Amino acid sequence: MDIATHVFSAFYQFGDAFAFLVLSACGLAVIFGMMGVINLAHGEFIMCGAYVTAATVHAGLPLPLGILAGTIVSALVGVLVELAVIRHLYDRPLDTIVATWGLSLIATQGTLIMVGSTMAGVGTPFGSFQVGDYSYSIYRIVLFCAALGVLAALYALFNWTRFGVLARATIQVPHMAAALGVDTRLIYSLTFACGAGLAGLAGGLYAPTMTLVPTMGATFIMEAFVTVVIGGADVFLGTAPAGGVLAVVKSAMTSWQGQLFGQIGLLVAVIIVVRVLPKGISGFVLRERT
Amino acid sequence: MSKSVLRGLRAAALTGTLVLGSTLAHAAENPIKLGVLEDQSGDFAAATIGKVHAIQLAADEINKAGGIMGRPLELVTYDTQSDNTRYQEFMRRVLQRDKVDVVFAGFSSASREAYRPIVDQFNGFAFYNNQYEGGVCDGHMIVTGAVPEQQFSTLIPYMMEKYGKNVYTLAADYNFGQISAEWVRKIVKENGGKMAGEEFIPLGVSQFSQSIQNIQKAKPDFVVTLLVGTAQASYYEQAASANVNLPMASSVNVGQGYEHKRFKPPSLKDMYVTTNYIEEIDSPKSKEFYAKFKARFPSEPYVNQEAENSYLAVYLYKQMVERAKSTKREEIRKVIALGDVCMDAPEGKVCIDPKSQHMSHTIYLAKVGADHSISFPKTWEDIKPYWLGEAGCDLTKKDPMAQYTPSNPPPKP
Repeated sequence: MDIATHVFSAFYQFGDAFAFLVLSACGLAVIFGMMGVINLAHGEFIMCGAYVTAATVHAGLPLPLGILAGTIVSALVGVLVELAVIRHLYDRPLDTIVATWGLSLIATQGTLIMVGSTMAGVGTPFGSFQVGDYSYSIYRIVLFCAALGVLAALYALFNWTRFGVLARATIQVPHMAAALGVDTRLIYSLTFACGAGLAGLAGGLYAPTMTLVPTMGATFIMEAFVTVVIGGADVFLGTAPAGGVLAVVKSAMTSWQGQLFGQIGLLVAVIIVVRVLPKGISGFVLRERT
Repeated sequence: MSKSVLRGLRAAALTGTLVLGSTLAHAAENPIKLGVLEDQSGDFAAATIGKVHAIQLAADEINKAGGIMGRPLELVTYDTQSDNTRYQEFMRRVLQRDKVDVVFAGFSSASREAYRPIVDQFNGFAFYNNQYEGGVCDGHMIVTGAVPEQQFSTLIPYMMEKYGKNVYTLAADYNFGQISAEWVRKIVKENGGKMAGEEFIPLGVSQFSQSIQNIQKAKPDFVVTLLVGTAQASYYEQAASANVNLPMASSVNVGQGYEHKRFKPPSLKDMYVTTNYIEEIDSPKSKEFYAKFKARFPSEPYVNQEAENSYLAVYLYKQMVERAKSTKREEIRKVIALGDVCMDAPEGKVCIDPKSQHMSHTIYLAKVGADHSISFPKTWEDIKPYWLGEAGCDLTKKDPMAQYTPSNPPPKP
């Protein structure tokens, strides 16, 4: 086996881990990292996106439109959840833990009762390609590109658009934003919906590759939280480097010693980063800049 | 039950005798209680909701036919939520508060080992109606599921002959996966093969890119997948999309989690499974059972091997109680010791082995085709759970209440 094969395989595994971490985390980065709502129902927004995607694909829609439908439905559910529950708990962050945990239990059990214990998969598109001795799934490359695309879109949204500026202003100093005529309630709703929609997008993108069950959100939640915790408050400057660091550690450890050590390595890396950089990677980057 | 009491009272009123009503009411006061602890939610629910339904079906049939020794069978059901601590909590509750006569409990081996000491401590009586890694030598337990000498001693030599001698094991990382992998290693070695590799996957893991690459690197002739829980089942879709294209063998997949129904063809192509029952088995007994099941639970997605194990266990229990004329464990074990507790189950004839209190099975080799249809290239009839007895476990003489493995066999007397 030549060096190019090794390099490509290492890069592919890194990209795969990076895509999973970033796509799991980006919705939570908005809701938890930016807004400060500890959303334990994040996995269930992902499950919602995956289920809607699979259901629409079964109904005959092509996969990209199915993923779009999953994203939109999750965002709409996000609006409802924000109006009904989260809105009343912005200054009670610990209570959001209980409320969103309750929501996640209701969503998981409700799906089990209404849709059943499993849902038929939709199949991974695009097939595979060969590099050296190994064959790879093309869809995994699509996921990596999607992760990069989502990061770029988030950066553009929060830095270059009027909504992004208003959202950051509202979350940093709400009463000042309100005094300047910003409808802060609307901004909160839209930002929360944006986070929920991103979670739905992650679910839709991973739906073809995974088993569809009511508990599937649980397989994303650990990766999502650790990425956001070590990323810090800035969506782009936090999530992107955090995803990068953790993906290097996880893919290297997994290829060296298997899945168990990949998970151990991931968590040890998280502990070290949190210890050294208490404000997360974005806190470190931004302090260096100013 | 209140309905039957009402009907009895109405009949009594009509005939003018209160005798009928009072005997029914008396019987209803004195049911045989069967505790049911199975996962109806959580990671294992897909494979185990059918077990609860199978027990309900059998209990309904038995009650309609007059119960056990004239006593109705009453189910005390709790949802254990795929959580080992729930098993311990509810096992204490059914034994201490509900005072059930027998408990049917458990899917994962971790949950069985979590509740088994409690059954032993409170002197209870439990059925484990699930295939597992084997080796439980405990007089308080009856195991109706298949064990490695039934599933692997048949499957692995078949696969090695057909595909080659390099074997890779991908197993769930807990007692079931670890001990099953030990069995695979042992049988591969006995048959002159070699392990190309092994990887153990923590429960709940759903991303397999690196594992897939490790398998491709090792270049095995086939892969033994002992993946447990719905998250780990994602492996098949991901391996198929990376074009791994290796034959697979398993003792748990398809027969429990009906992966061939859930994933899009051809991701489970060339998967071989040894199972004692799946709904595709084409025999009159199997068809009859399947039809009854679907009539009672029309939306059941799949009737798997653990559903059949649970169904036949209720009838075995009925037979043992009626022959022992008691629900006491010691009386029932005297009947088991006679060595002729057998029945015609949907899979074929099954018998309880007195030494290990495990069960003989008909083992079907199921092959998943490219279109995910099932064919049965081979069937082994009356495969006995011989390993424990040969290794030195004899519950008719001594009850060590322990679990043994090939590397940790019972102590020699």
